[in-house]
Parts: sequence; structure tokens; C-alpha cells
Amino acid sequence: MEQLIDWMSQPWPWYVAGPLISLTMILLLFVGKSFGVSDTLRTTCAIGGGSRVSDFFDFDWKKQVWNLVFVLGAVLGGFIASTWLQQPDPIPLAQDTVVKLQELGIRNAGENYLPTEIFSWESLLTLRGFVVLVLGGFLIGFGARYAGGCTSGHAISGLSNLQLPSLIAVIGFFIGGLLMTYLLLPVILTL
Amino acid sequence: MKYLSYLSIGTLFGIIMTKSQAISWFRIYEMFRFDAFHMYGIIGSAVTLGAISVYLIKKFKLRTTAGDPITFTPKNRSIPRYLFGGIIFGLGWSLTGACPGPMYTLIGGGFSVILVVLFSAILGTLAYGMLRKRLPH
Repeated sequence: MEQLIDWMSQPWPWYVAGPLISLTMILLLFVGKSFGVSDTLRTTCAIGGGSRVSDFFDFDWKKQVWNLVFVLGAVLGGFIASTWLQQPDPIPLAQDTVVKLQELGIRNAGENYLPTEIFSWESLLTLRGFVVLVLGGFLIGFGARYAGGCTSGHAISGLSNLQLPSLIAVIGFFIGGLLMTYLLLPVILTL
Repeated sequence: MKYLSYLSIGTLFGIIMTKSQAISWFRIYEMFRFDAFHMYGIIGSAVTLGAISVYLIKKFKLRTTAGDPITFTPKNRSIPRYLFGGIIFGLGWSLTGACPGPMYTLIGGGFSVILVVLFSAILGTLAYGMLRKRLPH
């Protein structure tokens, strides 16, 4: 058992993780559901009385409770993995990435899952932290609903079903991602 | 019992996302800089196996555990909503380094400040709902 836990505690390579993500999608299909995490944000709006401001939130949210249970599992999985399956070593990032981040003032790249300089409650009071955490989150929620899905709904479920709209959405994800990474992030990170 | 299955599949997902480091801001930054194959390998192999599975499910008309047909809803044909929505999502994804799945998993992993990102994402969803009729779709 201990050996199994030791083995599972190593970082999982892409060829283990990728197939397991498709397994997640397939398991959901076999219990009659479709994989799409950002739907839970809309459901939360509906439960909170969002139908008062838009008929977009006027739907039978009780049929979406399963997805809230699914993401509760994702929270639990995060807790289990970081409590009992924690790897001892930093994330083996590409050297170019580490060097570039040092130039932008992000030290210790890969020692944690997130750059702790930005992802902390203290940082929320700085302009840089506010932009990353608050504006970033807002764009994710707005964009995911506008595009009708996020990485799980479009990049995984949609592309697996060979949906052209999902391909357009994924191309959009990359246009936005590249604009941010090359043009905006160097400015935001040095705010 | 049904809910237990959703919970366990979600738990599996959270463990995969953590152990593959797909929840890491650094991995997303590295991906958008094309510095490593890791994230492309994850998404590429997930989609390849996913496409084969969906093809087989359709070909053999497989059914759910409850005995119902497995159905796929085709997405509406259009360009603006997917392109513009996608770009906005991509800006947010690369800024926070987390898409909605990893947000939940990071919160479970003890990064409580991600609750702020999640709350902002809910506000973003609400804002979309209010502006929806004025946006090109």
C-alpha cells in the first residue's frame, strides 16, 4: 500500500493524465451526463435568484445539481491529492519558462502550484493581485458562458464529438491566451 | 447512489488535475509560451482517446448504466459567439492560470484565495446573462 501511495505521489506524466481525463468524460457519459464544468457557474447564478436579472438564469436548476456534486468531488480530489499524494519535488518546468518568469519578477517558479506572490489574500489588496484574481475570474466566467463552454465543454467534450463550433472556441482560447501571455501579462506582472 | 457516482467521478477528476499539474498556473503559462509539450500531450491524448470513444459509443449505440441511449447535443452553428467568447475566456484562463475545473480543485488543495476567482467568475457569468441580448452570437 505504501509503495502504491509513493508511486501515485510522483507527478503523473501527460500520457497517464490525458487518457484519465477522457475516462472522466466517458464515465460521465455512461451515467447519462456531459462533461462541462463552467455550467456550474450558471447553475449557481440560477440558485441565487439570477432569474430576477435575466431570463438566462430562468431554468430548472435542479436538473443541474449533479454537476455541483461533481465539482464538490473535484474539491475533494484536490484535498486528497494535496494532502496524501503530495510530491516532494518542484514542478519540472521548462528552463525557458523559469528564466522568463524571473525577468518578470516571479521567483521560485514551480515550487508551488501557483506563484504565491500573486495568489494570496494580501496580494488581493495590490493592483497586480486584484487584476489577476478579480478581473481574471470575471473574464473566465463571462467568456465561458459567451462561448457556451470552457476547456472541459469545448476542448475535451466538444472536440471529442468533432464539433466545429468547439474548434472555433478553442482557437479563440488560444488567441486570447497568446495576447495575454505575450502582450498583457508582462505589463500586469510588473504592476 | 447516483450522487455518489457523480461525487466519485469528480474526486477522480480532482486527483488527476492535481497530479498532472494541470491546475498549476506555471504549467498554463509554459503552455502558452510553447516551452513544453506537457499540456499539449495531456489535451491531445485526452481528445484523441475521447474522439475514438465517442465514435465507438455512437457506432455500437451504447447505453447508459440506467439503460438510456447516450445522446450528444450538437452545438449551434455560428462563429462570433465561439470566437469572441473564446478570446475573452482565453484572456482570463492565461491570466489566472485556471479554468473552472482547476479552480474547484485548487480550493480543495488549500488555496483559499481562489474563492475570489470563483466568485468573480460567477459575477462574470451573471454579467453575461444580463448583456446577452446585446452581444453578437
